[in-house]
Amino acid sequence: MEMLSVKNIGISFGGLHAVDSFSITINKGELYGLIGPNGAGKTTVFNLLTGVYKPDMGQIFLDGKNITGLSTIEINKAGIARTFQNIRLFKNMSVLDNVKCGLHNNNKYSSLAGILRLPSYFKKEKDMTKQAYAILKVFDLDKDAKILSANLPYGKQRKLEIARALATDPKLLLLDEPAAGMNPSETEELMDTIRLVREKYDVTILLIEHDMKLVAGICEKIFVLNFGIELANGLPQDVLNNPEVIKAYLGE
Amino acid sequence: MIGVWNKLNKSTRTNFITIGVIILIYVLCQVMVAAGLMTFLMKGLLIQFCYYAILAVSLNLTVGILGELSLGHAGFMCVGAFASAFFSKSMIDVIENNFIRFSLAIIIGALSAAVFGVIIGVVVLRVRGDYLAIVTLAFGEIIKNVINVMHIGLDSRGFHFSMEVGKLELLEDGEMIIDGAQGIIGTPRDSNFTIGVIFLIITYLIVTNLVNSRSGRAIMAIRDNRIAAESVGIDITKYKILAFTISATLAGVAGVIYSHNITTLEAGRFGYNMSIMILVFVVLGGMGNIRGSMIAAVILTLLPEYLRFLKNYRMLIYAIVLIVMMIFNWSPACINWRKRHSLKDFMNQLMKRFIKSKKEA
Repeated sequence: MEMLSVKNIGISFGGLHAVDSFSITINKGELYGLIGPNGAGKTTVFNLLTGVYKPDMGQIFLDGKNITGLSTIEINKAGIARTFQNIRLFKNMSVLDNVKCGLHNNNKYSSLAGILRLPSYFKKEKDMTKQAYAILKVFDLDKDAKILSANLPYGKQRKLEIARALATDPKLLLLDEPAAGMNPSETEELMDTIRLVREKYDVTILLIEHDMKLVAGICEKIFVLNFGIELANGLPQDVLNNPEVIKAYLGE
Repeated sequence: MIGVWNKLNKSTRTNFITIGVIILIYVLCQVMVAAGLMTFLMKGLLIQFCYYAILAVSLNLTVGILGELSLGHAGFMCVGAFASAFFSKSMIDVIENNFIRFSLAIIIGALSAAVFGVIIGVVVLRVRGDYLAIVTLAFGEIIKNVINVMHIGLDSRGFHFSMEVGKLELLEDGEMIIDGAQGIIGTPRDSNFTIGVIFLIITYLIVTNLVNSRSGRAIMAIRDNRIAAESVGIDITKYKILAFTISATLAGVAGVIYSHNITTLEAGRFGYNMSIMILVFVVLGGMGNIRGSMIAAVILTLLPEYLRFLKNYRMLIYAIVLIVMMIFNWSPACINWRKRHSLKDFMNQLMKRFIKSKKEA
């Protein structure tokens, strides 16, 4: 069953074709890797998928629904959540509140109920706290729940960003370099967490990564992007041994 | 009772302590007034504390919680003040019950400020940062200057409106209600210290409860990282306008209290000087710190009055005191001292000791 189906999307900035005729099909529950040299257009693909940029051409379908040209907020509601290459947490809020922001659209009560502290406020807040702790526990962050998120160590900040994205209850999770800046043992731990998340929350994952150990270790399929166009696409062992891919990464 | 206290969540406990302190100070002031211990000057200042504190708390919602610099806060106060004073003065013979008339005045003042908040919010919240500050400053000045040239009179034929002096052509029985730069004279003095304190508590509750709710988190998320807030599905425009409107509404309420306690209501009072002064309360009290805003508003209202003996040097010294307070208030040593001596800790320890003594007995 197709979860994400992208057909020939492209975008140009001035004369530069940042992404050109990008097509990908991701099945439900798959763990897909998107790799490529610096400046290949990987993050631009993420920005196109999440509505930060509107594609000049092509169409995007999520779970059979056309989401081309929708706003970031609507796309998130449709079921795509993401993390960022440079961490974007709500720094002056606690770890718990960061995750609760992710739960924003799944637990609704009106602003008036919040101001007047109606029973629905207490009930929903209790639910939200419970759900938030459940997600934090998966990432082993439940003990840090009351800490200001800016005060978390780097590795935990990365994890918290994934936790916040998961809180929006996505069908498709986009991870932009989740292991960037992590040491080997932290990367190892992150790989386990990503696997666990996929099983526990039943999400499809597309991730950008430069750490080939992580990519080869957990991705079931790999897509290689170079200068905005597809270079290779398929199973890890085939793709990573493809002479074109090696050439793009290492030169001749 | 102790069991209930321990069961309450943190924000509720803080609310109770703050409101308790406000009520305590209120009672103390009333006792002093009754005992004749308060000077005439201080008595006049009491209500000023209330409306300046309301203004500071409401501006803190925009500046500290939403993170957008607004320099037009006095404009919303102006709208609330004039709308309600206009209502009260024209209805002074129709509705004779003070309580009903003032309740309606509060609603009218708050609603008209809210309407302006929505209209201006929709327009100005498209820009951010410095640009927003400039645009709000302009809107504040526009409001002030438009009201400054409005002439509205009432006679047996109905209301008359003019933007020029002496063009109203009122009948013999007519009465000026808003007279241009001279403003509104003779608004019924319906507000007092008690009403001010009640609305200060209401304002405090509205803002803190909002901050600790789902909407408040959304507003703070926008402040901390707009792009990330969008990525988790938070409707940026909606929450920005919500925060801005609530802030404007509360400023309108402060305006109502102000206008019903003053003999001559002039639009000239609501210039950018006042907006800046409110901003100073917020910055000194700490951005996003609601209680700090109230304390700063009280101290900085009191200070210029007590510096009067300095005559010409008064504002000079006031500025120096401000700078010194800014430096000391946010120095690490002072912050630590405040943490060690917080009322909340004191109350918690008191409760613990109380439980212990009960168990032993």
